Amino acid sequence: MPQASEPRRDLRLKGLHKRYPNGYTAVKSLDLEIPQGSFFALLGPSGCGKTTTLRMVAGLEDVTSGTIHIGDQDITREKPYRRPVNTVFQNYALFPHLTIAENVEFGPKRRGVKDSAARVKAILELTELTEQAGKRPAQLSGGQQQRVALARALINRPEVLLLDEPLGALDLKLRRAMQLELKHIQEEVGLTFVHVTHDQEEAMTMADTVAVMNQGVIEQMGSPYELYTNPRTTFVANFLGRSNLIKGTVVGREGSGADAAVKVDMFGTLVSIQADRVHTDSKEGWIGIRPEKLLIQPAGSQSDDPGNHFSDAVVISSSYIGVSTEYVLKMPWGQELICFEQNRGVRGGLVQVGAHVDVSWRQEYVYLLDSSQDAEAGLEGA
Amino acid sequence: MTTMQRVFGKNAAYWLIGPAALWLGLFFLVPMLSLLTTSLSDPAGSPIYGYDLTWRVQNYVEALGDYWPYLVRSLIYAGIATALCLVLGYVLAYAIAFKAGRWKTVMLVLVIAPFFTSFLVRTLSWKLILADNGWVVNTLQWLHVMSPDGRLLATPFAVVAGLTYNFLPFMILPLYASLEKIEPHLIEAAQDLYASPWKGFLNVTWKLSIPGVVGGTLLTFIPASGDYINAAFLGNPNTQMVGNKIQALFTTGGDYPHAAALSVILMVLIVAMVMVYVRRAGTEELL
Amino acid sequence: MITRVGNWIGRHLMITMGILVLIYMYIPNFVVALMSFNDASESRNLYQFQSFTWNNWLNPCEPNGMCESLRVSVSVALVATIVATILGTLASFALVRHRFEGRSTMNLFIFLPMATPEIVMGSSLLALFVAGGLGGKLGFWTILVAHILFCLSFVVVTVRSRLAGLDSNLEKAAMDLYANEWQAFWRVTFPLVFPGVLAAALLAFSLSFDDFIITNLNSGQTVTFPMFVWGAAQRGVPMQVNVVGTAMFLISLAVVVGGEMSSRRRAKMLAAR
Repeated sequence: MPQASEPRRDLRLKGLHKRYPNGYTAVKSLDLEIPQGSFFALLGPSGCGKTTTLRMVAGLEDVTSGTIHIGDQDITREKPYRRPVNTVFQNYALFPHLTIAENVEFGPKRRGVKDSAARVKAILELTELTEQAGKRPAQLSGGQQQRVALARALINRPEVLLLDEPLGALDLKLRRAMQLELKHIQEEVGLTFVHVTHDQEEAMTMADTVAVMNQGVIEQMGSPYELYTNPRTTFVANFLGRSNLIKGTVVGREGSGADAAVKVDMFGTLVSIQADRVHTDSKEGWIGIRPEKLLIQPAGSQSDDPGNHFSDAVVISSSYIGVSTEYVLKMPWGQELICFEQNRGVRGGLVQVGAHVDVSWRQEYVYLLDSSQDAEAGLEGA
Repeated sequence: MTTMQRVFGKNAAYWLIGPAALWLGLFFLVPMLSLLTTSLSDPAGSPIYGYDLTWRVQNYVEALGDYWPYLVRSLIYAGIATALCLVLGYVLAYAIAFKAGRWKTVMLVLVIAPFFTSFLVRTLSWKLILADNGWVVNTLQWLHVMSPDGRLLATPFAVVAGLTYNFLPFMILPLYASLEKIEPHLIEAAQDLYASPWKGFLNVTWKLSIPGVVGGTLLTFIPASGDYINAAFLGNPNTQMVGNKIQALFTTGGDYPHAAALSVILMVLIVAMVMVYVRRAGTEELL
Repeated sequence: MITRVGNWIGRHLMITMGILVLIYMYIPNFVVALMSFNDASESRNLYQFQSFTWNNWLNPCEPNGMCESLRVSVSVALVATIVATILGTLASFALVRHRFEGRSTMNLFIFLPMATPEIVMGSSLLALFVAGGLGGKLGFWTILVAHILFCLSFVVVTVRSRLAGLDSNLEKAAMDLYANEWQAFWRVTFPLVFPGVLAAALLAFSLSFDDFIITNLNSGQTVTFPMFVWGAAQRGVPMQVNVVGTAMFLISLAVVVGGEMSSRRRAKMLAAR
């Protein structure tokens, strides 16, 4: 969404390609536009090319072909130290022989910034590291080291801040706290953040826009809500949260414009899927539904839920996780589906294993994916 | 891309390694060829005017025929010294790795520190320690462990003891390096799983330290088998090793072709033994 | 009860035996230090302590030729250390930081001299020098060539392990933080590798200073300190040799301990320059 009034400093990658001398292609002609001031996450399993992409933007990896622009400035072949870009490295890469203050001051000193001491003071305060200023990195905890890495990059006021799995080395609790803190700092300083992670929850918590990357290409890009509710590929459907994927056959279309829908036959039940949630042209397809969108009721009870109904499902396992319960249901056609039920206590207790239940879903939550894709794609990375 | 690549260009690696590789090639590989050609030259030359390469394989036959006892003695002495080093070295390396606590670094420095006194001076001091009227001999005689006219100096015992002493640090350092990598939890788990501490040690600690054992024994055996200082200072004419013979032939004897042949034989023997040894240690590791 | 006693022995046996081995390693150093105070002027038996004197320490250069041999040894060791440390450090960077054709071969090749008996390496060099017509010109330069050769492998092994333990991202982080290639090298990489280079140089110096077997074959008429000791051993070793041995031990120990204590500070100073 380019605005006419002032030149925006968006980060634009065009046809970015990375092929290593050994023949391995890590990134395949990637096109990406990251608006100035946004929090952008590159999400994918290890080896998907997300870190390589980040390092190309930082200038730490040569670009095979394609271009990198910030606004109108071409930085594709620029040396790392001439780019308005800074990186928070995966293992922080703090200089072990320098104190925290010296680490933070490293960038301003190289650039000959006059008031570097004042800046160091300010940034150490922002990241709550003032008391650690004289210590060495080895004397700090993981969370503190992470904040030093952040301070060391932020002090340079880069146009784009690159974060390479910045929270990967922290334990779960600290990670949650740092997620919020990072988001807070980003809002405060208003820089463009590009965050690389394999943790879908982290990406969804922090980023305005998430790009899901797999085998060197971006599978889908959008807001966390869009990606979760309307995934376009089986990889996204499985990697971002979980999905039930059921085989179906397209039998026709109905309606037009915003009301357009595709009718799909699924083991005898007709499912109507909104046209903007259909991501295949072929006759066959994977009908996808998120586990929490499946509703269950004791067999034979009157249901007023609109949508598709299936009877004769059997609960074959249940695991209670406090806030919700996770059931595995055996459907009449033999497939096992996962179902999350909120434990709101309105329907009186848990459903027992072996119980027969009726299952229903609302058709507006269903999506249709291409049947040529692997229904298991993205599962191992989740 | 590293700093070096940006400074030296695409071929940075070759510029960096070039000088060292050249030096090694010129003064290690080429001399080996030189040694080989000298060993096949006519002994009727002189060190000053050089030797004629006549492909005289006879040199090898003669060298083996005349000097095989020295070779055998070298390998036996070096082998015994290596075994003794392994026992002593393992004890110390184990103590440093697992029992020394905060004294670890101090003890490691202490292992290396004796090196700083000249090798020859230290070896000479054993002459004094083992002397006929020295306190070691006197004590042993007083205890009736030794006969009144028995001696330690100028015996095979003294030579092997000297070799053991001199090459002990070469054994300790690789042993320590591999022992130090073993997680203490593993040893606890071994004590938990095996009935006796000894079995636990054999099955876990010893097995995991095999790389250090192999490295240490090689670093001890190879220099020990070529050494002649211990034999010269602490032995007698009947305890001379192959090193004594080679250096004598080169320096006072002036018989380069036979000396070179003997050198090549020693090198070939060592390479062969090392290869067999490493392969066996490798398979043992898999068992 | 029995197992408790067994455990106690098990706990303290190893450290006790370890300390005994360590003491064994120090017997010669102790004897050398003792003999450096031995007054041997009245006696024919040079292998027994006679009476105490400061004379050996006060007149270390009394024995004919000993201090000249020391001077030769120190000069050879200094030059060999400098050359071997520079060549070896450069080679280590290539082996650790670069992927190039023949890298694994080079890794093995560098190790070979360490796995060759000194007598073989010495005699092969002699064979080369003689074949090259230098048979009558053996001396300082041929010793130097040989010493650089065997020091090189030890330098590479030492520096390589230090470099391998270094996160290569540090250099990239420096460049990301506006340091150019030279700044990144001198402010980050070099200060962090420096302790390894220093250790390698110390090792090279002591190896060169102490070498006898290779030197003896390639020295011609030049006499190094170990060769002086060797020659003197045939006639009777002057007690000043023990002074040199003890002094070397003390100086080296001071360098190692001092170096260990100030290496961090020095690294920091280099970086902050």
